[in-house]
Amino acid sequence: MAQNSLTPKGPLATKRALQLPLVDGFLWLVRIAAIAVILVGAYNSLISMRLSGQQWRDLVVFGLAQGSVYALIALGYTMVYGVLRFINFAHGEVFMIGAMTGFFVSDALARTPLWLTQPFLALLIVLICCMTVSALVALLLERVAYRPLRGLPRLVPFITAIGASFFLQYAIAGLFGVGVKSYPGVPALSGSFTFLGFRILKVHLLVIVVAVVMMAGLYLYIEKTKAGRAMRAVAEDQETARLMGIDVDQTIARVFAVGGALAGAAGLLFGLVFGNVNFFSGFLPGIKAFTAAVLGGIGNPIGAMLGGLTLGSVESLGPSLVLVGLDIPSAHQLKDVVAFAALVLVLIFRPTGILGERVSEERG
Amino acid sequence: MAEQAIPAEVLEAAGPTLLPARGVDLRRSARLGLTAGGVAVFVSANGMVEAFSKRDIVGPISLGYAMLLGVALGFGYLAGRPPQVLQGFAAPRPGWRNLVGGLLAGAVAGAVMAVFLVLIATFEVRRIFLNIGPELVREAPRLLTVGQDLGPGLALIFGLATALGGLAGTLHLLRERWRRAVLAAVLWVVLFGLLASVVIQVLRGIQTQLRLWTAPIADVLYAGGALSVAGVALVAAAAFGASLLRTSGRRRRPLRRRLDQLPDTSRRLVRVAVLAVLLLGLGLLPQILGSFLSEVLNIAGIFLLMALGLNIVVGFAGLLDLGYVAFFAVGAYTTALLISPQSSLGLGWVFWAAVPFVILASAVAGLMVGTPVLRMRGDYLAIVTLGFGEIARLLFLSDWLKPVFGGAQGIIRIRDITIGPVELRGPQAFFYAIFLFVLLATYITYALQDSRIGRAWAAMREDESVAEAMGVNIVVAKLSAFVVGAMLAGFGGALFATKIGSIFPHSFNVIVSITVLVVIIVGGMASVPGVVVGALVLVGLPELLREFEEYRFLLYGALLIFMMVNRPEGFIPSGRRAQELHEEDMAQDAWLRERAADEREADVTAPAPRKAGEG
Repeated sequence: MAQNSLTPKGPLATKRALQLPLVDGFLWLVRIAAIAVILVGAYNSLISMRLSGQQWRDLVVFGLAQGSVYALIALGYTMVYGVLRFINFAHGEVFMIGAMTGFFVSDALARTPLWLTQPFLALLIVLICCMTVSALVALLLERVAYRPLRGLPRLVPFITAIGASFFLQYAIAGLFGVGVKSYPGVPALSGSFTFLGFRILKVHLLVIVVAVVMMAGLYLYIEKTKAGRAMRAVAEDQETARLMGIDVDQTIARVFAVGGALAGAAGLLFGLVFGNVNFFSGFLPGIKAFTAAVLGGIGNPIGAMLGGLTLGSVESLGPSLVLVGLDIPSAHQLKDVVAFAALVLVLIFRPTGILGERVSEERG
Repeated sequence: MAEQAIPAEVLEAAGPTLLPARGVDLRRSARLGLTAGGVAVFVSANGMVEAFSKRDIVGPISLGYAMLLGVALGFGYLAGRPPQVLQGFAAPRPGWRNLVGGLLAGAVAGAVMAVFLVLIATFEVRRIFLNIGPELVREAPRLLTVGQDLGPGLALIFGLATALGGLAGTLHLLRERWRRAVLAAVLWVVLFGLLASVVIQVLRGIQTQLRLWTAPIADVLYAGGALSVAGVALVAAAAFGASLLRTSGRRRRPLRRRLDQLPDTSRRLVRVAVLAVLLLGLGLLPQILGSFLSEVLNIAGIFLLMALGLNIVVGFAGLLDLGYVAFFAVGAYTTALLISPQSSLGLGWVFWAAVPFVILASAVAGLMVGTPVLRMRGDYLAIVTLGFGEIARLLFLSDWLKPVFGGAQGIIRIRDITIGPVELRGPQAFFYAIFLFVLLATYITYALQDSRIGRAWAAMREDESVAEAMGVNIVVAKLSAFVVGAMLAGFGGALFATKIGSIFPHSFNVIVSITVLVVIIVGGMASVPGVVVGALVLVGLPELLREFEEYRFLLYGALLIFMMVNRPEGFIPSGRRAQELHEEDMAQDAWLRERAADEREADVTAPAPRKAGEG
């Protein structure tokens, strides 16, 4: 701190001058410790050769597939945050409802011959159903729970969103039961093929392709269409957008609908990859996708995609790479700890994300 | 709540220049009817009506039916209510529109329900909707058609919904005073019906403990666990009368003010007497309540302890902590490690020896969570703390730390609390331990509220940057909030561990954090009475009515949304907090009141405006 006339003086200032370095020092310590843990773990596990190169590549592919699901969900968080500056905590549940819809529709379709003869047409139908239902739920949520609260302190809609999240979870549990629902198998998607030394499951390929198509579609929608331009305008400045003749309410509703539809698609993909879903399935992917959104710089769709892929890979590689190297038994049990640690570290040390566009300390 | 805060008289008093307001909007009534129908269908389809149909609350009416009737009555009441009175408009006169509004809402709701009944009678949907069983409409009890066949059942449902909606709508034709009395009567009847087991137990307990003849009252009020006809009449009459008395206008001076005017010695005497009676009552409470109700009270007490702690973090300091359960877990595990002879430490200390370590461990945990999030605000802070909470639970659960914390098997054989040679075994004895800690926490809360640090918290909550600029030390304020909150949660955890006797990581789910959050938000942030009532109602009631358990979090979620949309300051708000959330309303009300006062000075014959509502 430069010694000029503006430097605070007096006993309080001295006390604070002593305190801040303490806090900063602690944070630096955490930072260094985290990096050291990661480096030591990675070094040990790479040296020990406990996993073969093939296994590493499998993990990477799985991480990318998982990451594209996260990315699709993260888009919903990031778009809503970009426009309304609040975390739609219930977005994970919108995703879960998509996965549930996917289960019921595919379960019904699996009884028809269509499932075997035209599996991709059937999946397309399921996808459309998932996207529609999730978009409707997101719209309903916006109308009932968030619209009345616009303009209040940011924590108010956030707490509402927590309530909505639990309401949706337990509404689904009450209506459809708490049991785990297993997706019917898709014969056309079983098996794998090898590409550049990577062994890719067909399901994973489908998931990645669908996610990439969706993201490309979203990018075009936001950048090239009138509605997309309206969204960007509202995200930039609501009042000015309103003065320019943009229907702000409708635009915000549209943002929720688009985010919900993407989450619905992610729900189906999640169901295809992991095979089952229950009423609580939305919680963890929701939190992880939020991490992905922050990692990529919240409010920034491209960042959400990057963040999703990064987080998916970290979560898939992390336990084997770091924890096994540290000789922690049953490291895969701690896969969620890795994800949450990533969440905490990202939010503490890089709240602006990789692309660093928005600031989390904006006044709300 | 502007519409309550400005009584009609005030507006009338504001002068003849006001425009007349529109009456009940029928389109809004129809919309409310649709919502009511949706709610009724939802509670039928998720099995609530069926689950609650075993508990009769008023005569033959089960809780399940009461819920459906309540939906019709409640939405009919809303639909018949005249719209909010805006600035510059006179209140609308009550008339046929109120009745029609209620009727319409009831009819629409009945129609929606009828369509639902026809659908589930014709299609087999059980494969998807697990709780729509054949016994709802098709087979023997025919719950939803009240035991009738489909045709008469539909007519009955439709007619009943319309009639109830209309009935509730006509309430608005009554003068406000009478309407309140009717509402109070209904509310008390429902309350007495719902709490039948508590009231019966208390009345019997008083008889056995104090030898007062109170048990016969229970026999008169209740028949077979539900309010009897005589019970309904008595409770309703009492509530009606009390409400009328309370609003009789010839209001006596409030008790507190009369007390203040007493001479010093008698005031001290009164205070001592009140305290003695309170302590005596609390000492006898577990004996009167019996072991089951004491257990319920203990569970509510543990949550109350946590809620008081979270109230400091969220309510006072404005830091939304969603990982609060981590501190609870730290307290519980510290206790368990130190006092269970079978833990990894194997010390087997007495409870009180562990208390300092619980304080220490939770304070350290509070610092560890608090320091990294010092620079964060609002929702990011919430998410990070949520992450911390989950990490804590996963670590306690993990095989990695199993040698220390016991993994999924947890720690068992935690010894009871002892006071000298006396062991606090069983819920009735344990009540005193919990009560002691709750008292301590309440004292801490009140002491901190108006202290220097309490004011620093309030300033920080309202505006962090301004507070910092005014010389509030944000670092100290934030960390101390986290530490105090963590210590109270740690106490809660310690008591929890000894009460249950064994702890497992699954008890420390994120759902606990959410429950505590719901308690303080519904009760009223930063308001101690609100938190107490919130914990008793939101935690105690579901324990009391076991069939609620399955729907508990559904209701919590719905309550959170409802509270934030309609009453963000909570049901028993702290004045300051309410002001923050309703600054504009307050300003507007103040303006209206002022204006009404001016007019009154000009025209002395105008009726005197009453004190603005309770909001």
